[in-house]
Amino acid sequence: MPRWSSVTQTELQYAFVNVQSIKGLVQADRVHRAVYSDPALFELELDRIFGRAWLILGHESQVHRPGDFFTTRLGREPVIVARHTDGSVRILVNRCAHRGARVCEAAAGSTAEFVCAYHGWTYGTDGGLVGLPLRGGYTRPAAESVGGGLTRVPRVDAYRGFLFASLAEHGPTLAEFLGPLRASFDDFVERAPEGEVEVAGGVFKHVYQGNWKLVLENHNDTVHPAFVHASSIWAARQGTTADGAYSEIGVRQMLQNGAPWEVWENTGLWVSGHGHSWMADYHDDSRLVAALEHPAFADYRAALERRLGREGTVRVLGELRWNSIVCPNCSFMSQFRQLRIVHPIAVDRTVVRAYSFRLKGAPERMFRDTLAFSNVVNGTASPVLTDDLEVYERTQQGLAARGSAWVFLGRGHGGDQPDRDGTVRGGTGTSEIHIRNQFAAWLEYMTAES
Amino acid sequence: MRAAADVELYSEIEQFLYKEAWLLDHGRLDEWLALYTDDATYWIPLEANQADPLTTSSIVYDDRRLLEVRVRQFQHPRAHARIPAPRTVHQVGNVRVIETGGRDVRVGSTLVLVEYRRERQRLWGAIVEHRLRRTAEGLRIAAKRVDLVNSEAELDGIVCIF
Repeated sequence: MPRWSSVTQTELQYAFVNVQSIKGLVQADRVHRAVYSDPALFELELDRIFGRAWLILGHESQVHRPGDFFTTRLGREPVIVARHTDGSVRILVNRCAHRGARVCEAAAGSTAEFVCAYHGWTYGTDGGLVGLPLRGGYTRPAAESVGGGLTRVPRVDAYRGFLFASLAEHGPTLAEFLGPLRASFDDFVERAPEGEVEVAGGVFKHVYQGNWKLVLENHNDTVHPAFVHASSIWAARQGTTADGAYSEIGVRQMLQNGAPWEVWENTGLWVSGHGHSWMADYHDDSRLVAALEHPAFADYRAALERRLGREGTVRVLGELRWNSIVCPNCSFMSQFRQLRIVHPIAVDRTVVRAYSFRLKGAPERMFRDTLAFSNVVNGTASPVLTDDLEVYERTQQGLAARGSAWVFLGRGHGGDQPDRDGTVRGGTGTSEIHIRNQFAAWLEYMTAES
Repeated sequence: MRAAADVELYSEIEQFLYKEAWLLDHGRLDEWLALYTDDATYWIPLEANQADPLTTSSIVYDDRRLLEVRVRQFQHPRAHARIPAPRTVHQVGNVRVIETGGRDVRVGSTLVLVEYRRERQRLWGAIVEHRLRRTAEGLRIAAKRVDLVNSEAELDGIVCIF
């Protein structure tokens, strides 16, 4: 079986990219700018990181019934995620086994089969070739010649309903890969009165002209809000001639970005193996959720208590996680029901898809708050997000400069504290420990030969 | 042939929409905001034919308060994505009065917008609907809906106002 993808050509072209030269790019408190700007390294990342890690694809609720499908990318690989007739979820490369055309154009839908527009080759929701024209033109069954049909992704698994796949035949299990970060997914799901969540409310798709790592580094960077978001913090503080229940949650979040340094310093920031990290002990519902004093929140709490009891509810609502990063392609907010999937397109171009989730069994008002929050935080024209995107692009442009080679990641270096379950905690919440941890994982992926 | 009253109404509405476009093209955002009622909504749906701003995400769904925050943000010296502010041309066309019966007049139009910022020009197209209200200060916008033809695309951050 050949390797999933090969960078042989790239490696020949850029012979200088070898293990020794890669090792020199990452030091304890700094990285070489090439990790953000070198196209050859980017191609190698697709092979060695995105070709090996477990990558999140979405959620089982997006393919609820047999025949349901959606299209997305696995790293840069175009794939179809489909629920087969036997109930299993299949991940198929979106490329006709015959002459290579993309076989599925729809973003999502429900179908019994995928029919290629070019010569009518037809595939089941398991990718198997079920029909083609002029069978007599082949000396042996065409399916045998093309490996059965659409290429299947080797490993597919799910954790608490969140779908993952790996392009590598072998490697750690999904549970091993996620490690202690599983607790963030548990938090996401446990907050639902029925113990289940579902994707709802559409998908934001935003682009920036910068490296894929920049967004992952930013989400747990607690020093950036005061500077990047200075204008939206200021604007929200000015007071307005009107108020309203709809905008409350968004305005509160803009204000929260302006929290004093002591809040950020005391925020918990944990990292674990494979480059993962999460921020916690930051928001509680009283700071942010507009519905807290609303009857809907009391209804929500009562619904949670029916499943979890009083103590269980206190425990679940007391879990105060903000962003959780699953390296290399996911960032989510369990407490606010947002999940972002990172698609690396080129060394200096990245697409992020942002999804909202509904807590099953919670009052509809909770979901409306989720969307109102999402519009202000993740919307393509958000007063908050647009400043992040602007800064990613300025960073990418700055890193093109050859005059200075190193990117400094030293904040909190030397102050990291080993914690439970093999995690490490930043000495303060403003540590850059999460970025150093991502690069430790980066180096491991990039220098491992298999 | 249109009745004289219709000609007058069309002329009034067209001039109002041109004025809104002119204010945006000249960076007069406070005056632009003053065109909106206190209970106004400004909506850019995420999905084609989106029915509801409260059950599906929106590229923008601002009530009056968020609209004020959005306009104020342009005035801050560190509004990174808005400095420099985009230079724009809003070309309003195909103005059509849809409904005059109720408290508000519903007006459909098309918008072609050319935006320039930081070495890059972007072209936008949109189907627009205004709900205009007659007030003591003249016509005011009670609701504006902007359906971008590429709302479902993978989009760079949007900082211009449509």
